[in-house]
Amino acid sequence: MALDALRCKECKTEYPLEALYVCERCFGPLEVVYSHDRIDDIDAARRRIMAGPQNIWRYAEFLPVASPPAPSLRASSRSGLPAGCTPLIRADRLAERLGLREVWVKNDAANPTHSFKDRVVAVAMARARELGFDVLACASTGNLANSVAANAAAAGLESYVFIPADLEEQKVLATGIYGTNLVKVNGNYDDVNRLCTELSGEYPWAFVNVNMRPYYAEGSKTLAYETAEQLGWKTPDRIVAPIASGSLFTKVARGFEEWLELGLIDGSIPTMNGAQAEGCSPVATAFAAGLDVCRPVKPNTIAKSLAIGNPADGPYALDLARQTGGSIDMVNDDEIRAGIRLLAETTGIFTETAGGTTAAVLAKLAQRKEIDPDECVVLYITGEGLKTLDAVRGSFESHQIEPSLAAFEATLPQSVRA
Amino acid sequence: MAITVKIPTQLRAAAGGVAQTQASGETVGAVLESLFEQFGDLRDRITEDGDLRRFVNVYLDGEDIRFISGLETSVVDGAEMTILPAVAGG
Repeated sequence: MALDALRCKECKTEYPLEALYVCERCFGPLEVVYSHDRIDDIDAARRRIMAGPQNIWRYAEFLPVASPPAPSLRASSRSGLPAGCTPLIRADRLAERLGLREVWVKNDAANPTHSFKDRVVAVAMARARELGFDVLACASTGNLANSVAANAAAAGLESYVFIPADLEEQKVLATGIYGTNLVKVNGNYDDVNRLCTELSGEYPWAFVNVNMRPYYAEGSKTLAYETAEQLGWKTPDRIVAPIASGSLFTKVARGFEEWLELGLIDGSIPTMNGAQAEGCSPVATAFAAGLDVCRPVKPNTIAKSLAIGNPADGPYALDLARQTGGSIDMVNDDEIRAGIRLLAETTGIFTETAGGTTAAVLAKLAQRKEIDPDECVVLYITGEGLKTLDAVRGSFESHQIEPSLAAFEATLPQSVRA
Repeated sequence: MAITVKIPTQLRAAAGGVAQTQASGETVGAVLESLFEQFGDLRDRITEDGDLRRFVNVYLDGEDIRFISGLETSVVDGAEMTILPAVAGG
């Protein structure tokens, strides 16, 4: 494999593989370009991947890093946290509830800091170190903050993490504990992002999702690689995934596309369904209106990890949903809570509000009969329920009793009695 | 109307290397015109067919102009205008 260059997605101007993210000519986003060798022996290539480490570096030849962690360093904390290789679970009880036959849940809450962000940070940090940076930074809605702080701590780098001041307490605590420089900005994520975009021009730091964004975004492709490998080297028929900036959504499709082009997997690009919260739905709104650009919004939703009012990859997410025959849907806060509950009750997986949004959109698609019952559907659960506890507080009843048989039997719900 | 315009790093080469400059005008669109008079190379980088390119964000005193009145947004003396790439974050 060879890393060739960074290339503008809009005007195709090429740039060196440095800490650049935006085209100087048209301001379009830069992407990594590879030249992969043709794969003659598919089985050998698959075996090579399967013999790799139990983390995203098993896919190193498809990631924008010149020297991924060597075998001797794989277990060293200095290599960062081992992201990926999360469970893909066949969710038959969920499928049954929705009138479908084959639904899989990719549980990315099983990552080291409990969200898919460990994938993108692993790649961004590895590349940042290759480029000689010793400070890691990010603009975050919470999950990225956790991951950057933790990965920097493991690797021994200094870090600066910028978050909106009103973030969930769990996400703030699970960031500060790693000893990062935690900066709470009075404003929403888009304000934080604007600040970090300005700062990245003034400070010699690796902002993982600003000046390192082309490398960072590539990490999301590993969600597609893993899914395909876990399904037996084939693509699913449909993906339901959350959309905040649209980066994960578009890169997952890119991952499948790359492997299909190389012949590593069978199938075709899945139908791509995106999920947004009604209180921050610039991409779903543009989809419904038939537009190809998103009008920014001021977020107001419990799904704070999806609360990006000005989504950078919105136009590409719209193109992708339309090209694959998918859609981008929105659900309200009550539906998000119901989605969290649905997933928990049928799979034993407790997800955060972003996962509730995604599960609720799957339920909506099933209800609208948009999914053929025979389809193989994969639901991407990107984060952990323990990080957004407020969303489920008061959503169920419990029974408080004296420690006696009589008290238990007096309280026990009638229907369960022997 | 004297306005301070902050130039992002990616555009400084086309703006004589400066990080900020003074421009004038009654609206955001007019301020941009006055900026282009100083640095002609900036016009095609920032606009396309008279509109902002889709990956360019313009902020007036920290607020995205798309939340106000776009290029028609009126500006007051001493305001600060910031031009930034839209592609970041997530």
